[in-house]
Amino acid sequence: MTTRSTRGTAQPPADAMTDRLVEFVGLLRDHGIAAGPSETIDAAEAMLALGLADRNRLRSGMAACLLRRNGQRAVFDQLFDLYFLTPDQPQLSSTPESIDALRDRVVSALAQDDRAATADLARQALTELGAYGGAGTGQTSAPVTTASGAGWSSYLTMKSLRPEDLIARIVAGMGGNSDLDTTVHTIEANRRLNAFRTAVQTEARLRSAQLRGTEYIARRGVQSSTDQVDFLGAREQDLAEMRRLVNPLARKLATRLAARRRKSVRGQIDMRRTLRRSMATGGVPIAPVLRARKHGRPDLVVLADLSGSVTGFAEFTLQLVQALQDQFNKVRSFGFIDTCDEITSFFTPGEPPTPGTAARIVRNSNVARFGSSNYGEALQGFVDNYLDALGPRTSLLILGDARTNRTDPNLAALQAMSDRAKHAYWLNPEPSRSWSTGDSAADVYAERITMHECRNVKQLAEVIARLLPT
Amino acid sequence: MSKFFGSVDDVTRRLTDAGYLPSTDIATAVFLAGHLGKPLLIEGPAGVGKTELAKAIATATTSDLVRLQCYEGIDEARALYEWNHAKQLLRITATDNEGWDSTRDHVFTEEFLLQRPLLAAIRNPHSTVLLIDELDKADVELEGLLLEVLGDFQISIPELGTVTALRKPFVIVTSNANRELSEALKRRCLYLHIDYPTAELERAIVRLKVPELDETLGEPVVRVVGALRELSLRKAPSIAETVDWARTLVALRARNLTGAVVRSTLGVLLKYQADHRIAIERLELPEAREGQAS
Repeated sequence: MTTRSTRGTAQPPADAMTDRLVEFVGLLRDHGIAAGPSETIDAAEAMLALGLADRNRLRSGMAACLLRRNGQRAVFDQLFDLYFLTPDQPQLSSTPESIDALRDRVVSALAQDDRAATADLARQALTELGAYGGAGTGQTSAPVTTASGAGWSSYLTMKSLRPEDLIARIVAGMGGNSDLDTTVHTIEANRRLNAFRTAVQTEARLRSAQLRGTEYIARRGVQSSTDQVDFLGAREQDLAEMRRLVNPLARKLATRLAARRRKSVRGQIDMRRTLRRSMATGGVPIAPVLRARKHGRPDLVVLADLSGSVTGFAEFTLQLVQALQDQFNKVRSFGFIDTCDEITSFFTPGEPPTPGTAARIVRNSNVARFGSSNYGEALQGFVDNYLDALGPRTSLLILGDARTNRTDPNLAALQAMSDRAKHAYWLNPEPSRSWSTGDSAADVYAERITMHECRNVKQLAEVIARLLPT
Repeated sequence: MSKFFGSVDDVTRRLTDAGYLPSTDIATAVFLAGHLGKPLLIEGPAGVGKTELAKAIATATTSDLVRLQCYEGIDEARALYEWNHAKQLLRITATDNEGWDSTRDHVFTEEFLLQRPLLAAIRNPHSTVLLIDELDKADVELEGLLLEVLGDFQISIPELGTVTALRKPFVIVTSNANRELSEALKRRCLYLHIDYPTAELERAIVRLKVPELDETLGEPVVRVVGALRELSLRKAPSIAETVDWARTLVALRARNLTGAVVRSTLGVLLKYQADHRIAIERLELPEAREGQAS
């Protein structure tokens, strides 16, 4: 077992610390955290006030000075660890434990939720299982060039450790005997296991940074914050996190919409309320009250590509549309792959769609005949069967990557649709630079309809905010 | 000017005495806000103790708490100050034969000024904690007004001149992040995001707030709540709900936490029908039967 860490005992000179801080802030900016000079000065003062001895405190304090938004903390923590923690030199214990013994210790540490032991284990597991290309064999003091290919891998560690299989044993170790205990403990065990995985990843990054130089890893090895992860490249854990981001987003947009409506009040004076208010000013009607105007609520028609290439994206947008439907008089949604079918009934008002809705729709409705995208056919299908869904108060929202598998894009159908609707927009989850590549008809469609690039949650929020009716 | 706290440990100790258990993040941010003399912007889900923190700081530093509760449509007159029109009119009618000049000088004096929370906090000669609650509910215009107050701790009243703070108040701004606050405002503040606490801290909070709860129940209560937070719910239960739930269990005299008990008291924790369904399904809770309350 390795000894408890003795991190950060050396006090570097003040100048070096300033340089390090400035470099750190520069990297934060590269990762989308816009900290200005005044924030940097605050952070420096925080460092003075808090001292460098307690790294957790320093981390909290600098986060308070430099961050301005929820969701940035994960990136910040990763970079902070790189810059202000110096990892222990990995020591190979003379007799490496067998993997089974290590797994036993992981089980007991996680079952007892022993943080210190978990952190030690993460380090040890990485030392014994995660080295590749000759890292950890004793000559780690000299920086290794990238070409030499040595390093530390959390992936290798986890592959040998196979912690997924340990869940049942961890749950057993947590005690409890009722059914409720078991289910609750399973959820908890999964969470702890994820924390363990993160610890191993952090440690691997730290050590790789030592091998290759901090800046190399900081630029490449840090995960970007969730609202900037691409829909099309998102992994399972990103998706869960992104779902959490979308929910409050919808409510945020709804309040903004309500506020905008209220502000647009003008017109007739409401005599009764004006007189009532004039009481405060001695009967002089200084501030006239206007009668609120009745707003007709606009309709929304959504047409979503549900083919395999954009499912992640479609799911999010459906979720958002669902949440916005209280604001709209009527929402009708249609899905398509190579034909078009109405999918409104797959959503219950007031309940966010569960993960996997898109897949369920494809199974149970008539959106696919052959199963590969055909935009021309799908648009024609809409025009033939559902064109009366569009009217002079309807906003039309088309979601898809416009990759038509080299079939006819059928511009006439799109033209007919956008002519009938009040507004028509297209959200495309692909970066705009690849719109004209391969089988994408995005450029052709973009000439007939306003097309927005909508690659991540952040862009989705911006686009939807702009599209909301005023 | 005296600082509010001496050190991070000092913050932790005094807040704990005031009945608020801070995490490292919270204690450090509070200390820095006091030390640097900057406002503290707190975000986080509803019910994690943002407002409670402000109250605890006021208690811990024996300061007056001035609270500005924001709502949609709040304006200058409700946040800063207002002239008492009715009284001014009375004054003018009461002195008919006075000249215009002297009337004008008289009606715009302190006597006719109605202090609203921001002005009151700035002019308070005692140590003050100013809580600007749920700023995201207010319109963007109010943020503009706040910039002068938060940046320089002063308020300009055209008729009277600039009022500068006698003692810098400890300013706390809370937001549920229903809308993004402006960059200008954020730049003037330190930022603290309060999330759900660790199991350990939450157990301590439950013990502090509901001492009557059976010692053996503290652990499972916090665990069940933790498990619920892991599910993808519309509104995950926060600390306020945990404490309410613990109180409910005390009132029901529950001795152990079975699926039936959780099921029958789920309404305390989850406030949406859909969330109930998810929780029942994922935690495999049994059907609630009549007379199964304890």
